[in-house]
Amino acid sequence: MNVLFFILRKEFRQIFRDRIILAMMTFVPIVQLIILPFAADFEVKNINVAYLDHDHSSYSNELINKIGSSGYFSLVGYPLSYHDGLQLIETGDADLVLEIPSGFERNLVRHGHQKVNIVVDAINGTKSSLGGSYLKSVLADFNSRLDIMIKSPNDAISLPAKRIEISSVNWFNPRAEYKYYMVPAILVLLLTLIGGFMTALNIVREKEVGTIEQINVTPIKKWQFILGKLIPFWIVGMIVFTLGLTVMYVVYGIFPAGSIPTLYLFAGVYLVALLGFGLLISTFSDSQLQAMFVAFFFIMIFILMSGFFTSIDSMPGWAKQISLLTPVTHFIHVVRLIVLKGSSLGHVYMELFYLILFAIVLNSLAIWNYRKTS
Amino acid sequence: MANKIIECHELSKHFGDFKAVDQITFDVKEGEIFGFLGANGAGKTTAMRILCGLSYPTSGEASVAGFNVYKQQEKIKKHIGYMSQKFSLYDNLTILENIEFYGGVYGVSREEIKKRSNELVATLGLEKEAKKLVGSLPLGWKQKLAFSVAIFHRPKIVFLDEPTGGVDPITRRQFWDMIYQAAEDGITVFVTTHYMDEAEYCNRITVMVDGRVEALDSPARLKESFHTHSMDEVFYQLARKAKRSSD
Repeated sequence: MNVLFFILRKEFRQIFRDRIILAMMTFVPIVQLIILPFAADFEVKNINVAYLDHDHSSYSNELINKIGSSGYFSLVGYPLSYHDGLQLIETGDADLVLEIPSGFERNLVRHGHQKVNIVVDAINGTKSSLGGSYLKSVLADFNSRLDIMIKSPNDAISLPAKRIEISSVNWFNPRAEYKYYMVPAILVLLLTLIGGFMTALNIVREKEVGTIEQINVTPIKKWQFILGKLIPFWIVGMIVFTLGLTVMYVVYGIFPAGSIPTLYLFAGVYLVALLGFGLLISTFSDSQLQAMFVAFFFIMIFILMSGFFTSIDSMPGWAKQISLLTPVTHFIHVVRLIVLKGSSLGHVYMELFYLILFAIVLNSLAIWNYRKTS
Repeated sequence: MANKIIECHELSKHFGDFKAVDQITFDVKEGEIFGFLGANGAGKTTAMRILCGLSYPTSGEASVAGFNVYKQQEKIKKHIGYMSQKFSLYDNLTILENIEFYGGVYGVSREEIKKRSNELVATLGLEKEAKKLVGSLPLGWKQKLAFSVAIFHRPKIVFLDEPTGGVDPITRRQFWDMIYQAAEDGITVFVTTHYMDEAEYCNRITVMVDGRVEALDSPARLKESFHTHSMDEVFYQLARKAKRSSD
């Protein structure tokens, strides 16, 4: 135990003497948490729309006003021909062109239906599909009101009975704010980066400088060495996590709905798993460059497959299996559940088992693969 | 007759087809200064790493301080000190912190660490620098410090891998004074070097050529058997036979 004390003392001295690491610990989490949630927002706003209005009637005007007032669209122009409209899309000025044919109002009133043309720029997939469907829902709304406007009062009375209205409520995130969804996940991202990279680079640096050889020639036990690396970075990670939770509360007003000790329990186990991952990489790499590339490769996959950006439920079956094999997936899931939904340990204990399993496997592999004698 | 503290019998280490160390046989007596000479790439470091328990031999037998190099590396490590070719103290720790760390790792008690490190800093004349980062010291001082740290826990044997590389002549001289002091204190010294004047300071030397031990005796007797007055000449006559290109 005494030996471990000396190892820990040395590691802490080195960490707190390294200004860049200190900056990483404090500055980076705060900045990332403040900037990323605004950028990583999937709600599409500012869809640029151009109206190609051949009708110039009061109905077409009404439609255009309605679209404009929805808040999602901004007007970029009134092209005079279809060709001009396409030009706007080609130059990237417009994401959507809504073409209203001549006779729009007349046909609506006389025949009760009229087609309009929506041209969508599909270069930006999310924007185009969401923009297109927003526009369709505005049109549907316009349609339903139109019925009331053009039918006789007698007909109108019977109308509401025919329609089923669907109103939805967003549970756990009532205003469906993207920030509520993203901020906890970004917190996880931070821990992942710190846990994954810092440990990997730390041991490999000892290899590069040559001090690891000196360590290997001492009677230090393998577990002492590994624990000596793990504990300091675990503490660093927990400090970062605490800072992150504070920023989450101060800046976004998000306070975990569930219990904070449970959250810390998960964060603690998760960090052990991830530090083990970093250690494992370091035992395979000879240079910081190698370690960086390997860690980057895995962390990219971890994050893209973790449900951070995309819903795991909508992944194909094989991808779902892969995503379950990364600790990040489980931790993001749990953090969202605890922070937003207020889940208790009883609801998420399976995830805890998964994380403990990851922690044991990754660290055992790291200790096994660390060789004092080659 | 002193006890044999290192025994080596037909010890080999192969990397694929390359025989880095090829059936070397020798032993080192307790308390002697044993020089290990050879051109670059002759296999000195590889042999030393096996004896330190850092590397598995391919074949042959060897024991260090009575422990087997195949199975008891961790026991060997308790009884030896090692100073590698690469400078191996932590640049971002102070002198005292480095001493404390290595002392602690070898299980030296805290009071003892404190006592001995004060003595050590005084002997080296580094009182003023004791709280400075090691990275800021000149190389000569670093090397002397690294040696002192390697014998801080009073090992039975200390292995020095080209300890005086890149160091000025005065510092080298002082370094050898320290080695003699250590030997007087009963520590067996196993040292590799390129410098033939340093070879003269050793009780006995071996010369390695292409992974094999080509000569083993005291410097005086070696000179005699090669009919020359300088160790340089002995070394040239042996090393000329080398087929491996030095790197």
